[in-house]
Amino acid sequence: MNIIEFISQPWHWSVSGLGIVFVMFLLLWFGGEFGVSSNLRTLCAMGGAGKNCDFFNFDWRSQVWNLVFIGGAVLGGFIAVNYLGSPAPVDISESTQAYMSTIGISVPETLDEGRGFVPAEIFSASEFLELKNLVLLIIGGFLIGFGTRYAGGCTSGHAISGLSNLQWPSLVAVIGFFIGGLAMTWILLPQYLNL
Amino acid sequence: MNKLIKFFIPGIIFGIVMTKSEAISWFRIQEMFRFESFHMYGIIGTAVIAGSILVFLIKRRQLRNMNGEAIAFNDKNPGIARYLLGGIIFGLGWAMTGACPGPLFTLLGHGYISILVVIVSAILGTYIYGLLRNRLPH
Repeated sequence: MNIIEFISQPWHWSVSGLGIVFVMFLLLWFGGEFGVSSNLRTLCAMGGAGKNCDFFNFDWRSQVWNLVFIGGAVLGGFIAVNYLGSPAPVDISESTQAYMSTIGISVPETLDEGRGFVPAEIFSASEFLELKNLVLLIIGGFLIGFGTRYAGGCTSGHAISGLSNLQWPSLVAVIGFFIGGLAMTWILLPQYLNL
Repeated sequence: MNKLIKFFIPGIIFGIVMTKSEAISWFRIQEMFRFESFHMYGIIGTAVIAGSILVFLIKRRQLRNMNGEAIAFNDKNPGIARYLLGGIIFGLGWAMTGACPGPLFTLLGHGYISILVVIVSAILGTYIYGLLRNRLPH
């Protein structure tokens, strides 16, 4: 097994967790910080939203480093999926697989069927323009953008950076993430997908 | 410009880590919220524990960044409402799309056009928050 094959296996959760902290360290060392959702605010400000809204009237040029960071994440995703792709699709638990069949989502078993990152029934190029899927993507994205800015951070800014700095508000935010996530997963999403 | 270009490196690593960890998988997020695997909890738990040690050491040793400036950790503003309500709203979107902001950009690199819809909508959501901000409890 060569090094590329070795890296191309799915990573153990502990390696992944340490990898995230290594990224956080590099960002701090370079003079930045680890928080992805603030880029959405920066993009609004770059688009001229500061003209009629004070919240976006700030020096967005000071935040360009973070846009470069997420630009890197796009390239990193491209590299990982094209050159370091796992030999098999994401191996989720059997109970989750069984549940998926009850909401009309197929779980890929071979790479030909998919990598197991997103369900083809919702995200694939041939399906996402279906009204039901488009509504899901638009509402989901809206909730992400609205909620992260309201809460002042997302998984990176609160769950990782904030909790690592022992911030109580971040713990409250993470509890909120879970209240919302559980409500969507257990109640709303299965209802919607089975409409 | 060189000052900015270096941020591309942690970005690339982040995109690779997000992909190889499978944290960008919609299925993994469903599995997490259904408590049917330890995988995602292991990733976040390891990151929080290692991150706490990193922050502790930086504060304790008063480490400086490569520009020679002190590495500052700003305390979050106190409050409950914004964190809880904002958190719930984000959580709904996270479980719906299976992606938080970092994975959204990583998935864009995977070539899913549909993710662009989510990103554009997220930018719109942030914009609407900015407009309504003064009327919301914080």
